Amino acid sequence: MENKELNLQEKIPQTEYKKPNVFKRMWNFFFNMCRSNFLFALGAIIFTLWIIICFISPYIVPYDPLQQDMAIRFSAPSAAHWFGTDNLGRDIFSRVLAGSRISISAGVLTIILSATVGTIYGGISGFVGGVVDDVLMRLAELVISFPAIILAMTISVALGPSLYNTLLAIVIVTWPSYARVMRSMVITLRENEYVEAAKSLGASSARILFKEILPNSIGPILVLSTLDLGKNILTFATLSFLGLGSPPPTPEWGRMVSDGVKDFAYWWVSTFPGLAILTVALAANFMGDGVRDYMDPKLRKEI
Amino acid sequence: MENEKQVILSVRDMVKYFPIKGGLLGRTVGHVKAVDKVSFDLYEGETLGLVGESGCGKSTLGRSILEIIEPTSGTVQYRGKDVLHLKGKEKKEIKQKMQFIFQDPAASLNPRRTLEQILLEPFIIHKMLTPEERRKRVAELLEIVGLSSYYIHRYPHELSGGQKQRIGIARAIALNPDVIICDEPVSALDVSIQAQVINLLEDLQKELHLSYLFVAHDLSVVQHISDRVAVMYLGKIVEISDCDNIYSRAKHPYTISLLSAIPIADPEVEKERIILEGDVPSPANPPKGCRFHTRCFKCMDICKSEEPELIEQEPGHFIACHLYPKGEN
Repeated sequence: MENKELNLQEKIPQTEYKKPNVFKRMWNFFFNMCRSNFLFALGAIIFTLWIIICFISPYIVPYDPLQQDMAIRFSAPSAAHWFGTDNLGRDIFSRVLAGSRISISAGVLTIILSATVGTIYGGISGFVGGVVDDVLMRLAELVISFPAIILAMTISVALGPSLYNTLLAIVIVTWPSYARVMRSMVITLRENEYVEAAKSLGASSARILFKEILPNSIGPILVLSTLDLGKNILTFATLSFLGLGSPPPTPEWGRMVSDGVKDFAYWWVSTFPGLAILTVALAANFMGDGVRDYMDPKLRKEI
Repeated sequence: MENEKQVILSVRDMVKYFPIKGGLLGRTVGHVKAVDKVSFDLYEGETLGLVGESGCGKSTLGRSILEIIEPTSGTVQYRGKDVLHLKGKEKKEIKQKMQFIFQDPAASLNPRRTLEQILLEPFIIHKMLTPEERRKRVAELLEIVGLSSYYIHRYPHELSGGQKQRIGIARAIALNPDVIICDEPVSALDVSIQAQVINLLEDLQKELHLSYLFVAHDLSVVQHISDRVAVMYLGKIVEISDCDNIYSRAKHPYTISLLSAIPIADPEVEKERIILEGDVPSPANPPKGCRFHTRCFKCMDICKSEEPELIEQEPGHFIACHLYPKGEN
């Protein structure tokens, strides 16, 4: 039966076709993105720098970020203290570097958590459908109907101000948008023939949802996550500015900005942590825009 | 047809209604009667062609049998076992024996998975074989459908339509099924590729003793591949018979008009075409009596009030038409 086919095949080189591994593919994607999109490249560079700082900050800070020295409080930026010192004489440069650990990881962590929760929730809601879908989605809309920052404040105040409660509050206010995106994706994708094919093979619902539908809906979730990264870092900074977050001596950008507000004449106290927030949020948004443009074929340029 | 052949799949009174939601509260205001009380038998090793125009419920029937869409009512028996009411392990076992080939090969393969992942899927779902054996079997499957193992790590979009359909076929035969429901497996392909895929299906049938329910709207393809043919109109089977019978001695007016539409590649031949008037009535509100009476060129009074039953007029030749009342012949 395969006679004609086999003849055709002989012309095809029979070498093993190697699929590039995941890291290689990610690197290729990243490299191509940087080449075709200047802002993405800029964002990626800034963000990578901050990530590096996160990891090495304990080894490169010139002073202990918690070390107080009342003799030199509120000293202006100088060669010894690049960003000046704050109301307790702590070195602001060291504190900005050390603060990156909490502020950036807070952003990344909340994104991962809320994307995971929202994806599973929305996936189940869209997949099961019917009454379950109605109930689950009304619950999600209940959360969305409040202004995010006020709801986050209320939740973290109610739970008591601590780092984990603040993170939890951010996750609670951000997961519904993932759930909604995921639900709409699932509703479109579940009509696909490859889902029917899995069904006719006898695959369980969970297997269909996680193996067939989820990998195909990851694009929009990825775009939303990168776009939300900057927003979450800002939300966290806002909450810590308001005093919700880790207790005082821990360096946190939002709280450092709020420290400087009381003594406005010493501009450097607020400005440098503020710039840190700005650069990270901006870098994250540039990356988010880049990924979004890539996913939208109408906006996609040659890549 | 009381001959030595064994019935492998027996479908009785299959019904699939799709609810029409309407109004402010989304209440059900009606039903689209896509498949309405269809019964037929599929014999071991045969190909039953199922033809009919677009929207007559052919695909829905195929999907309902495998429960890809939940049938409203009816029974499906596989070798005497009632499939629809089985649960758990027994159901999984029977699912292995009945497989589906989809119309659109591009849509039926998950674009994010490699061919190897796609073909390993049946074994993973049914927890069969060891990983090593699975891999061997996948290579074997590729060879059976005439593809090189060179393609194994590729994604579906890197293949041509015919190659994709071969993968769809490989997936369907992976678990050694007895029954395969082919839902217009070649209508999305080029004519030259169609022939190859049909030949592949025929070869597989011989080697693996498969029974096909072959859904199609291309009458020449059906004539070529089928042993028996069932003609559907608006959710009902109007005529079933041997392939030769249908193509040479069709009885039902709908079948006759359908066959007169087959083009003949010979300009000299004068053909008498029967052109039906009007459109297919809405399956949400099918005509009273015989469903075909609004367009039938031999319509009688009785057709407008009474629905004809599917009656065996000659051995193995079932017709649902008042022109051939019970007891004739």
